[in-house]
Amino acid sequence: MSATTAMEVNAEARRILAVSISKLYASRTQRGGLRLHRSLLLSMVMRSARDIYHSSRECEGPSEAQPAQEEPMDTSSSLEEQTGLPEPAQPEPQPTLNSTELPPEEPDSAEEDSDSEITEDKENLSPTRQSRKRRGKVSAAPDFLPSKRARLEPGEERYAAPLGSCRAGAGESLTALSLNRVIPAF
Amino acid sequence: STGVAGGNDFQWCFSQVKGAIDEDVAEADIISTVEFNYSGELLATGDKGGRVVIFQHEQESKNRPHLRGEYNVYSTFQSHEPEFDYLKSLEIEEKINKIRWLPQQNAAHFLLSTNDKTIKLWKISERDKRAEGYNLKDEDGRLRDPFRITSLRVPVLMPMDLMVEASPRRIFANAHTYHINSISVNSDHETYLSADDLRINLWHLEITDRSFIFEEPEDPSSRSFFSEIISSISDVKFSHSGRYMMTRDYLSVKVWDLNMENRPVETYQVHEYLRSKLCSLYENDCIFDKFECCWNGSDSAIMTGSYNNFFRMFDRNTRRDITLEASRESSKPRATLKPRKVSTGGKRKKDEISVDSLDFNKKILHTAWHPKDNVIAVAATNNLYIFQDKIN
Repeated sequence: MSATTAMEVNAEARRILAVSISKLYASRTQRGGLRLHRSLLLSMVMRSARDIYHSSRECEGPSEAQPAQEEPMDTSSSLEEQTGLPEPAQPEPQPTLNSTELPPEEPDSAEEDSDSEITEDKENLSPTRQSRKRRGKVSAAPDFLPSKRARLEPGEERYAAPLGSCRAGAGESLTALSLNRVIPAF
Repeated sequence: STGVAGGNDFQWCFSQVKGAIDEDVAEADIISTVEFNYSGELLATGDKGGRVVIFQHEQESKNRPHLRGEYNVYSTFQSHEPEFDYLKSLEIEEKINKIRWLPQQNAAHFLLSTNDKTIKLWKISERDKRAEGYNLKDEDGRLRDPFRITSLRVPVLMPMDLMVEASPRRIFANAHTYHINSISVNSDHETYLSADDLRINLWHLEITDRSFIFEEPEDPSSRSFFSEIISSISDVKFSHSGRYMMTRDYLSVKVWDLNMENRPVETYQVHEYLRSKLCSLYENDCIFDKFECCWNGSDSAIMTGSYNNFFRMFDRNTRRDITLEASRESSKPRATLKPRKVSTGGKRKKDEISVDSLDFNKKILHTAWHPKDNVIAVAATNNLYIFQDKIN
């Protein structure tokens, strides 16, 4: 997979995750109640998007075999973002969490522009300059979206990602916040 | 011999259409299930408003014996009403998810109809006589003064206008945690299954000690975000012979031999041109549409629906297939249905329709094939189309 294709796949995976989250929220208010089968299918799409998102990020950097990560979710990048630790060994900067959390009110709007815009910025930013503010058309995080720092489940503990590993990116934290939070909500 | 799909000697033609023509469709009128009974004499539909409409096949008229009889309304009744589950604080839709007929054992007809939570057994019976001349009450039902009765008479059965009554005989409620999606009557005529997303309930228990899993391994080269959704099975039907089983997933229909569970024996692509559009279909929820499929009486052909009010037939013997459309435009009496084609390449031929022009709001989810004749019922949103083979 070329770097450009990986970028496209990456953007598409994020868009599909956003659409899926908004569908899950919308399904809570639909008449007749939550549909189990449909909700399961939505969660499977999100898992696929997450896996493909990871493998497309793999293709952007040195190719390494990525072990299938299920539990616990890696929340290390959140920690690093907030403490501002730079990772000079990383080939590209960590994208902000904000760029991938889109409000459920606009599930079908064309996300292409804002995504590619954000992607451009992400690619060109150096780690020390990255901002935690949400970019693009979205200016405020809805209060029902999970906070950036994932709450630890009992028994979990935070651990730092090994330096030099390009696996430790906001991909994991995206996973941690989006999937780990939304699915148990119903 | 020629098949029912694309054969030169065989043509489908329009027979009837039921339902309002109005462009503004009331949601309650959207047909949610279609089912012929065992003889094909009765055709039942259920809609989102919880109503059941049963059509009966009229005998061919003596005046025009060359025409096959028509289906006319036989009975209409409200099967399910919207309910509210106060414990879970959610509304239970009255939409009829499935209707299944029981084999006829006496003069009355029995069917099972189900919404998301409750299955009901309905008895549909005809009444064409009533008793007149009661001793204790007047003709209008008022009780007579006993002191005024001076003589006895025997009530007489008098003919009356045919009345078709539907009465609920049994109500099977509170048995499913999740939404009931299907019911199936057993061949013993005494037990039936009801299934929700997780569990299957067997009513009038019968022990079965073996089960088989039919699963086709996934093709890794076609993996996408939506692999699980499009491989999710939306309908299963046994063949009339009992030897085969047909499954419908989002893009294809597969025929399985019950003796071989590792892969299907036949696979038919319904609308493969949609594979490149899955992302858009996910966004507009169309990817969750649950299409049904059905066999013809001899199991030589299968039929299933698609978008743009198209439906597809596959002939298993000749390997031909045909795409037809249920539309008001082709609804002239005895008009032959013209085969339709979706253009997938760059160049669109005349009469072909491009993928991007397809109307994804016009979906044919429910179809039924008469158990004996070449008569089909196709539900297009709120209209029921009946097509038959051309009688020369």
